[in-house]
Amino acid sequence: MPNRSVIPFGPQHPVLPEPVHLDLVLKDEIVEEAIPSIGFIHRGLEKLVKKRDYKQYTYIAERVCGICSCGHGLGYCLAVEQVMNVEVPDRAKYLRTIWMEMSRVHSHLLWLGLLGDAMGFESLHMESWRLREKILDMFDETTGGRIIHSVNQVGGVQRDMDFAMLNGILHAVDDIEREMKPIVRTFLHDYSVQTRLKGVGILSADEAVSLGAVGPMLRASGVDYDARKLGVCAYGDLEFEPAVSKDGDSFARCEVRLNEIFQSFSLIRQAINKIPQGDINVPVKGNPEGEAFIRIEQPRGEAVYYVKGDGSKYLDRFRLRTPTTSNIPPMVSLLKGSQLADVPLIILTIDPCISCTER
Amino acid sequence: MGKISKSPWLLHYDASSCNGCDIEVLDCLTPKYDIERFGIINTGDPFQADIFLITGGVNSQTAGVVKQIYSQMPEPKVVVAVGICACTGGVFKDCYNIKGGVDTVIPVDVYVPGCAARPESIIDGVVKALAVLDKKQAEMESRERK
Repeated sequence: MPNRSVIPFGPQHPVLPEPVHLDLVLKDEIVEEAIPSIGFIHRGLEKLVKKRDYKQYTYIAERVCGICSCGHGLGYCLAVEQVMNVEVPDRAKYLRTIWMEMSRVHSHLLWLGLLGDAMGFESLHMESWRLREKILDMFDETTGGRIIHSVNQVGGVQRDMDFAMLNGILHAVDDIEREMKPIVRTFLHDYSVQTRLKGVGILSADEAVSLGAVGPMLRASGVDYDARKLGVCAYGDLEFEPAVSKDGDSFARCEVRLNEIFQSFSLIRQAINKIPQGDINVPVKGNPEGEAFIRIEQPRGEAVYYVKGDGSKYLDRFRLRTPTTSNIPPMVSLLKGSQLADVPLIILTIDPCISCTER
Repeated sequence: MGKISKSPWLLHYDASSCNGCDIEVLDCLTPKYDIERFGIINTGDPFQADIFLITGGVNSQTAGVVKQIYSQMPEPKVVVAVGICACTGGVFKDCYNIKGGVDTVIPVDVYVPGCAARPESIIDGVVKALAVLDKKQAEMESRERK
């Protein structure tokens, strides 16, 4: 006679730094149903557009999430620029691209570290985070902040990068690429990593599309879709192919993220080679009137920004759909039928960012 | 009983932060900053923790969790509010769902400002918390002797 029980998971849980709560309905060791409940870190940021004017709100948009901060600032600025018909200088577009790709590298290295920690593979955790520091140092040097950069503004970027900084980024990228090799080997070929990841949490391509998965989660199931291909910022001028894997299991998701780190290195190099001289921002006058809808590829997947202005300096509405919000339904379906011991790992492989989700 | 500050255990909870301070707290534990060299270990269990690092302002849903974790920790205990949101509410102070800083719910001993608080200042805050921890332990022991 199987034993049915309900186990609460979170909100304070050692695997995740953020509060997420799940009620796991178990039949012995097998999860029958996972019921997520969110709202622990809901702050009500979208409503704040009524209290901050549209230029000040860039700083709030950046603080939606500390890991994807660069992208949220960028997405918001792109949406407001589209409403106001502002044409951003080319150099600003390239600088934005370089910072976006750097934040993708830092976010994926952070995730690899957390994955190592969740598997109990402490040295992988420490190595990944050690390499991540090099990117953070470059952020510190180019923007003045490690986590929250505040470089995007409506009409361009606030800071320029000189020759030494661009060179510094190239050096950091070379260093990380060289030192990443042993980590990549361990993640892809180590026996104990494979036993934890291979065949765990399989999401088929059909399911991924119908449940609305985005980002590495979608690409790991074999769907070739990347919002960067829409050509926002300087992505239209750069050459890359979305990193895709076929199996759809946790291992494939790890593989896709590893490949994306190397893809970002290539994009950073291309952008630094092609970056034009010129202004970094244009003056923006007047108030936004009208609405705009922008999609960009965040490290965790496609994020959607909607802005509506009514001609006053306060926006009428700002709406943000984050990648983790779209990845929660596939996660819940993955958890059904999994072992209790695999639950933290499966939750981690979607790369959840709860403060984005709950805003 | 020896000095507790020689090897304090640390518990981290995200009340409603943007994640920025949380990853900086984790950063403190990894090779570049490495607070384990002070004998500090990150634990997930409130019953084993001496220092409570808390990030983000408090909202009505996390207030209960914060109080519960605080009450589960054994005496003596120290609370460190990391980041400007945990100190006062920060940029989110005007949001409809933010009550304010952590000190609206539980007593806070050390405030670490910054957005996001840099690892150096977090370590500084934790070291200040160790002195408070020693003081609280001494007070506890003298109470027991009476």
